[in-house]
Amino acid sequence: MAAIEILGLEKTYMVGFWRKRPKRALEPLHLTVDEGEIFGFLGPNGAGKTTTLKLLMGLVFPTAGSARILGREWTDPQIKAQIGFLPEQPYFYDYLTAHELLDYYGQLSGVSAPDRRHRIPEVLSHVGLTDVKGIQLRKFSKGMLQRVGIAQAILHNPRLVFFDEPMSGLDPLGRREVRDLMEQLKREGKTVFFSTHILSDAEALCDRVAIIHKGMLRSVGAIEELTSTVQGKVEVVWQGTNVPAGVRVLSADCHVTGDTVRGIINENQQDAAIDALRRERMRLVSITPLRTSLETYFVEKLQVRCESTSENTVGAAAGTRV
Amino acid sequence: MSARILHIAKNTFREAVRDRVLYNLIAFALLLSGAAILVSQISIDIERLVVVNLGLTAISLFGVLIAIFIGIGLVSKEIEKRTLYTVLSRPVRRWEFIVGKFFGLAGTLVVNTLFMAIGVFGALLYVAHRFSRPDAWIFVALYFIILEFLIICSLSLLFSSFSSPLLSAVFAFSLFVIGSFANDLRGFAGVAHGFTRWFATAAAYLVPNFSTLNVISAVAHQQPLGAHLILQNTLYALFYTVAAMSGAVLIFERRNLK
Repeated sequence: MAAIEILGLEKTYMVGFWRKRPKRALEPLHLTVDEGEIFGFLGPNGAGKTTTLKLLMGLVFPTAGSARILGREWTDPQIKAQIGFLPEQPYFYDYLTAHELLDYYGQLSGVSAPDRRHRIPEVLSHVGLTDVKGIQLRKFSKGMLQRVGIAQAILHNPRLVFFDEPMSGLDPLGRREVRDLMEQLKREGKTVFFSTHILSDAEALCDRVAIIHKGMLRSVGAIEELTSTVQGKVEVVWQGTNVPAGVRVLSADCHVTGDTVRGIINENQQDAAIDALRRERMRLVSITPLRTSLETYFVEKLQVRCESTSENTVGAAAGTRV
Repeated sequence: MSARILHIAKNTFREAVRDRVLYNLIAFALLLSGAAILVSQISIDIERLVVVNLGLTAISLFGVLIAIFIGIGLVSKEIEKRTLYTVLSRPVRRWEFIVGKFFGLAGTLVVNTLFMAIGVFGALLYVAHRFSRPDAWIFVALYFIILEFLIICSLSLLFSSFSSPLLSAVFAFSLFVIGSFANDLRGFAGVAHGFTRWFATAAAYLVPNFSTLNVISAVAHQQPLGAHLILQNTLYALFYTVAAMSGAVLIFERRNLK
């Protein structure tokens, strides 16, 4: 079963004070996320990621379209008992302690009192907040608030968790812990949908990603599909500080880093490269097919759109002149 | 009442307590004890009148200020700080949130009024040395003051659901002032002509009639209050509160939380 089915959700805001004009925040979006996968929703700032999440949470209303979550209409309030949500840069009732906040949210999610009693310390420990009893949230750092945000999202043991920029404000250790947490959620059979503009996080975690830019979906697929091999190219890595003449003649693109050299050559030249390295008694470390990084793919997707947009603009302008 | 409304109300009450809203009780206690000591020394036979008048007026004014200044931020602050996101992403309906907030603020005001009422009766005992039978009407005056708070809470929430805190405060306070003179407005409408009459009549019936809820002077002068007035004021306050709350819910149900 699909965990999320977005069926043409779109959002147009009316902006301006006196003369209101429409501003399209999200073009009609069609997207399906399978149950049990970690799905990355990628895009630069202002791409429409948060708008999509707000639409799914019922915080803003769509101009058109609908969605189904865990097989039910997304507007059904009962479905929210099975959903966890971490908003971007979360802010909580700062007069409460972390325990009180989670207790309140647990009550609203319908978690029973005995369950709350054992679940609250459990999730707080899970996000690395063990010594915070009695401390009001107004005394928490940004990173600690982010951890509280993650704790409240998973408190009621939801089947589907939405994280909006979950790594924001976290130090490297915290980011690692959140990655581990997401992987654990996946192992527990939960679906994780998270938005980010940090591609390394998506590359490390996601089964599939979608790229959105200027409110329009650009691409969806598994990371391996998107970062496909570059036709006929391999990366050769060997130990050394120089490029042997036998490799240089292959017009390899080589980079020396410390005592390691990386060279990119055509696939049909790899035997010649290995022979050249052997002759020079250099230690071959690896030969791997060259793949496009997610970052390269991402940038390409955004640039393609920018170019086509500017072409359209020029075309339109030319049309006007004619 | 659904459990979720109760939890939201309890959290709103806790917020008010932790934001030291009940510290106004200290100011009230100082005011009342100072007044009780002063009037017992300078007035003859009107100590009771002064204490009841001053005490109940202070309860009303302190409560109105709390109702307006907390009420206007109940929704807008939650939107501005985005605390609402993690509440509405749970199985909480928007109307439950609004109603919970209302009960939380109303509960805060009722507790505040109870403490202040204890202060009034204490001051009364200090100046009069004993309670008399007409003092029981003070309870009715306190009940009407609470009804007044309910109306103001609902209006503050209504304005808070679509306007900025500053504008909401201006609207709510203006309505409180105009509503306090609602009977005078009706009197004026009776003698006016043409458009002025039409406008004054409409305004007199639209604004909340706080004059009818104000029986402080009558109670201070030990005048009895009729049962029909209690019933009429109860129904009026409930009707007005429900109408304002319905407006707040209708607006909030359609609002995009950008």
